[in-house]
Amino acid sequence: MSLDRRRWLAAAGATLGSLWLAGCDRLATNPTFTGVLKVAEKWTKHAQRAVTDRKALAREFTAADISKDFKPNGTMRPQDPEYLRLLGENFAGYRLVVDGLVEHPLALSLAEVRAAPSRTQITRHDCVEGWSSIGKWKGARLSALLDRAKLKPEARYIVFHCADTLDPSATDGAGVYYESIDLIDAYHPQTILAYQMNDATLPVRHGAPLRLRVERQLGYKHAKYVMRVEAVASLDGLGRGQGGFWPDRGYQWYAGI
Amino acid sequence: MADKPAKVLVRRHSGVTRITHWLNVLAVSLLLMSGLQIFNAHPALYWGAKSTFADPWVSMRKVEVAGQPRGITTVGDLTFDTTGLFGWSGAEGAREQRGFPAWATVPSWRDLGAGRSWHFFFAWVFVLNGLVYWAWGLIGGHVARDLLPTRAQLRPRNILHEIATHARLQFPRGEAARTYNVIQKLTYLLVIVVLLPLMVLTGLCMSPGFNATVPGLIDLFGGRQSARTIHFLSASGIVLFIVVHLALVVVSGLWNNIRSMITGRYAIEVSGEVEGKRP
Repeated sequence: MSLDRRRWLAAAGATLGSLWLAGCDRLATNPTFTGVLKVAEKWTKHAQRAVTDRKALAREFTAADISKDFKPNGTMRPQDPEYLRLLGENFAGYRLVVDGLVEHPLALSLAEVRAAPSRTQITRHDCVEGWSSIGKWKGARLSALLDRAKLKPEARYIVFHCADTLDPSATDGAGVYYESIDLIDAYHPQTILAYQMNDATLPVRHGAPLRLRVERQLGYKHAKYVMRVEAVASLDGLGRGQGGFWPDRGYQWYAGI
Repeated sequence: MADKPAKVLVRRHSGVTRITHWLNVLAVSLLLMSGLQIFNAHPALYWGAKSTFADPWVSMRKVEVAGQPRGITTVGDLTFDTTGLFGWSGAEGAREQRGFPAWATVPSWRDLGAGRSWHFFFAWVFVLNGLVYWAWGLIGGHVARDLLPTRAQLRPRNILHEIATHARLQFPRGEAARTYNVIQKLTYLLVIVVLLPLMVLTGLCMSPGFNATVPGLIDLFGGRQSARTIHFLSASGIVLFIVVHLALVVVSGLWNNIRSMITGRYAIEVSGEVEGKRP
């Protein structure tokens, strides 16, 4: 190949490459295009739901598999005054509120949550970033708590309101962590509000006093520092309207993939 | 007709091959770039079910060396200074800590949520396009006719001969250029039978929802972190294929190759009576 031709090819390649990159970045900020990309999230959810048994369990591991370096993520220690107050009294005054579209709103002390029907499981926690850690969790079955509160027929989602402000810079009130799941995941047998991790009281960095475990989805769905469980008919009007702290910031609401 | 070699255009690629090829170019390019965006959220690889954070087998990170930030890549026990490329990259003065550099990811800035949106959208395009190609290739006979090597081609002598001529960048001419040679056939089969399906399977094994649905598949790959590693290695294999493929497209007749993948017609030089159309 002649030098001229080689130079020409290199220049053509560089030009095409930079056009391609600039084009991708422009599309990435175009709301219509990102809206089209998000359609795939619905396809994925429907495809997974279509082929998955509602009660199909996430893999459970043995005690030997438990990670010694289980990585905490998100808020490590909430600085919110109300949380610090509860932590200071070792959650004596903590009440888990279950309300919204329910017949009998609940306000349960930690002792009452611990007395509720429970489940213990050793599962793999898959972070959206790509890493995995294995831990042992014991907690109250969400299904039993919801049955006690008795959902109204119009309830479609369960929202978890948390104690931690993960984004203090948010001026629209959407800086506080929250997450939501649908009733299929809410009634899944492995969906629990965990108060124990690896046979010890749940540590603050992993979400004390209660964190959600929803084992068939990625880590950011597993809300920590849960204060209130609310049954709703729609996710509109919560945060920025996408059903969770990270979904409000461009992440997928359905995190089964 | 004289014995002087004449150029004729033969029909090389069917419409389905051409359309699925270019859709695949689009999908695979964007899957690679959005995949690197996702990788950058945690630029380290492990084997097994879980991460062993203190001991990844591959990692890219920023470290301070004598007060200066450097990009460091580790592979097993080996450590490489990859400043400007892996771990610490960007324009001088605006460098940032990231696994792969901005020009390799979509979007160019760090945005895991957006990277996942791109990745899963084009994963659907890639899978549906691949299914069309496979269905047509098997039913329409493309795989059997054009891609499966003949018995003669598989003789060790022929394979050695092909390797020797490829190494000298000599390519089949005339009648021999009508069909794929054995190296081409085996390489294309490796990509469409092994590497591309492996991307889909290891990709699915990173989905916690899919793992609850089909628990056996993740065991086949040795756990979720192994599946992630194999996903990365298989993608690296595809990048290697693309680099060699593009280089060979250039040296074996750039315009002839590009024309054949756009219009379907490929020029060969033949002597005597021939089938095909004069250009």
